[in-house]
Amino acid sequence: MSTQPTVISDANIPWELPSRGRVGMFCLISAESAIFTIFVVAYLFYVGKSLTGPMPKDVLHAPIFFTICLLSSSLTIHLAIKALKRAKVGSFALWWFFTLALGATFLFGTAREWHHLIYDEGLIIQTNLFGTTYYSLVGLHAFHVTVGLLAITTVLLFALFGYVREEHAERVDVLALYWHFVDAVWVVVFTVVYVVGR
Amino acid sequence: MATDAISTFRPDTVSLPLVARLHDWVTTVDHKRLGILYIVYALVFLIIGGIEAAIMRIQLIRPHNNFVSPDVFNRMFTMHGTTMIFFVVMPMLFGFANYLIPLMIGARDMAFPRLNAFSFWLTAFGGILLYFSFLGANGLYGAGNAPDVGWFAYAPLTSRTFSLGHSTDFWTFSLLVSGFGSIGTAINIIATVFCLRCPGMTLARMPLFAWLNLVMAVLVILAVSPLSAAQIMLAVDRYLGGHFFDTQAGGSAVIWMHFFWIFGHPEVYVLVIPAFAFVSEIVPVFSRKAIFGYPVMVAATVCIAFISMSVWAHHMFTVGMSANVNTFFVLSTMAIAVPTGIKIFNWLATMWGGKIHFKTPMLFCIGFLFQFLIAGLTGIMLSAAPFTWHLGNSYFVVAHFHYVIVGGILFATFGAFYYWFPKMSGKKYHEPLGKLHFWLFIIGFHLTFDFMHIPGLLGMPRRIYTYEPGRGWDTLNLIATIGVFFQAAAILVFVANLLWSYFHGDTAGSDPWDAWTLEWSISSPPPVYNFATIPEVRSRRPLWDRKHPEDPDWKYE
Repeated sequence: MSTQPTVISDANIPWELPSRGRVGMFCLISAESAIFTIFVVAYLFYVGKSLTGPMPKDVLHAPIFFTICLLSSSLTIHLAIKALKRAKVGSFALWWFFTLALGATFLFGTAREWHHLIYDEGLIIQTNLFGTTYYSLVGLHAFHVTVGLLAITTVLLFALFGYVREEHAERVDVLALYWHFVDAVWVVVFTVVYVVGR
Repeated sequence: MATDAISTFRPDTVSLPLVARLHDWVTTVDHKRLGILYIVYALVFLIIGGIEAAIMRIQLIRPHNNFVSPDVFNRMFTMHGTTMIFFVVMPMLFGFANYLIPLMIGARDMAFPRLNAFSFWLTAFGGILLYFSFLGANGLYGAGNAPDVGWFAYAPLTSRTFSLGHSTDFWTFSLLVSGFGSIGTAINIIATVFCLRCPGMTLARMPLFAWLNLVMAVLVILAVSPLSAAQIMLAVDRYLGGHFFDTQAGGSAVIWMHFFWIFGHPEVYVLVIPAFAFVSEIVPVFSRKAIFGYPVMVAATVCIAFISMSVWAHHMFTVGMSANVNTFFVLSTMAIAVPTGIKIFNWLATMWGGKIHFKTPMLFCIGFLFQFLIAGLTGIMLSAAPFTWHLGNSYFVVAHFHYVIVGGILFATFGAFYYWFPKMSGKKYHEPLGKLHFWLFIIGFHLTFDFMHIPGLLGMPRRIYTYEPGRGWDTLNLIATIGVFFQAAAILVFVANLLWSYFHGDTAGSDPWDAWTLEWSISSPPPVYNFATIPEVRSRRPLWDRKHPEDPDWKYE
């Protein structure tokens, strides 16, 4: 089989293309946004259509503190990436750990809220439309937080064993992009579930 | 991965033991091998889905026929629809996109080779899961095995009450799994097109094939994700006792229709845009002219994709939506005919005044042009809500969308098979057999689907397993069934041609069609690393520039 070079012209063209990691992550975020959109539409469509209680206004309390935790983790992950780009690996690991801690706190908040709803208020996914849509939407988000936390933990372990260096900043930044998305979705979910839907 | 592969070592030229060769295929991350895996996989399911269609047509050959029971008939139309959409047409188009996009844009592989393999095996697993239902879903006596709720699975048919056993669960999870595979491939296509183009290949110089598949990938991301979300909701309803589509608890059956068709209509364009892509590559080469109106073709495609996101409820005119909603969807559906018409005129203008070579790929593309036009015209008829009130869920609708999918998409795909077969196999196909395939198939197609319109107009509903004699449907159904035998014979000729040509065909050489895109600049089949030196391009037809240095395209673009 011939493997002759296929130089079409000798023109030397300056050539720069976007990073495939970022483009791929933006595509994944678009797909995830579409999935969340359908769940949000279903939630809004079914607001006030439950035939039996408990109703959202009786049992839901806005988790302000845990929301602040999650949103500020976007700031800490941004600072972590910034530190890594300047080759400050220790500072990166510290901010990265804060991100993990804040995310885990948020997840603990969701778990506590669900425990309260299930054991004190008797609301489960089968109870009524509110239960079905609430656990699905908030659960879908909690699932994404969990996946993000697992990825963040992996990077943290690599960092602690000294495998994360300045040249990895771009790759870690792709993960940060996903984490920002998880935070942004929470703003929507919070508005829909705790403000509009109540 | 791919950059490591530059060496003189060619695994496929060394004769390895069978197990080692199979192991190579299963563990491959090479876009060309994955492309061929997709295509072969789709061909296998094409035969299976075709057999299911033939069973239905034989059942309907005469009134009061007893070839299969009503239960089996329900399973056949459900499995036929699901198979053809998700496990034939989509994998077939993904296969061609996988194989050709890196070659056309001068790249050594897709952007994420391992994600590519993962997506293929997800899709493959989804198809196997769907068909495993025949064996594995018989959970409850008398509840049946394979899914029988129709390919759009309207609520409340899918609820636990009406769908006992596990058949619907197999349907749900098979589509969920293969949907994730499709999203993975779409991400890969977009990242490849944006990040791996060779120097000089600006977006405005990309082959239309790459452009149209880029648009298709964007649509996959926006359309398949809602389907995945809806499948998750259905699984929540069936497994966790949720109430999303449970009307007894205040839920809505209509919202399932909305969620399904928000996927379902863009899906039509996911399938047809790559068919446009094939035609846009084949027609210029066999007319010996550059494509007419390249920028307008791109703009029309983007426009079609955009409008296709807002037409879904034309599948629901008979549900009883408000007059305003109906009007909106009537107008948006009619609007989509404008960019589609532009494309048809551009292909005609490409052929106009050209030196047309009537080889098999071109014949299939001309068949595509005729039939896609007629499919579009019946589409405009059905876009008028009052017309659909009469003919919704009739055989007229069945004839219309088979005109799109068989007469349009499948014809273009057969053209693509013949056009790129020399590149993929290194062999020429047998031209007389190819032409025999075309004529048998076009006769069978028109016998089946032209005559299917009329029983629809006479009131024959779809999905009935038999009918009363004397309603004027008998002869028409007989003719439609006779067409199936022509189509089956054509498919046999096609498969025989592929196999015979692969083993005994003449060597094709790198550029049998005297074509202009980069995949024809390298050997057939291409080496593992595609391009020894990454090419640089200065126009939309880089090989024309190389063959005609005295009159290159880039002077005019």
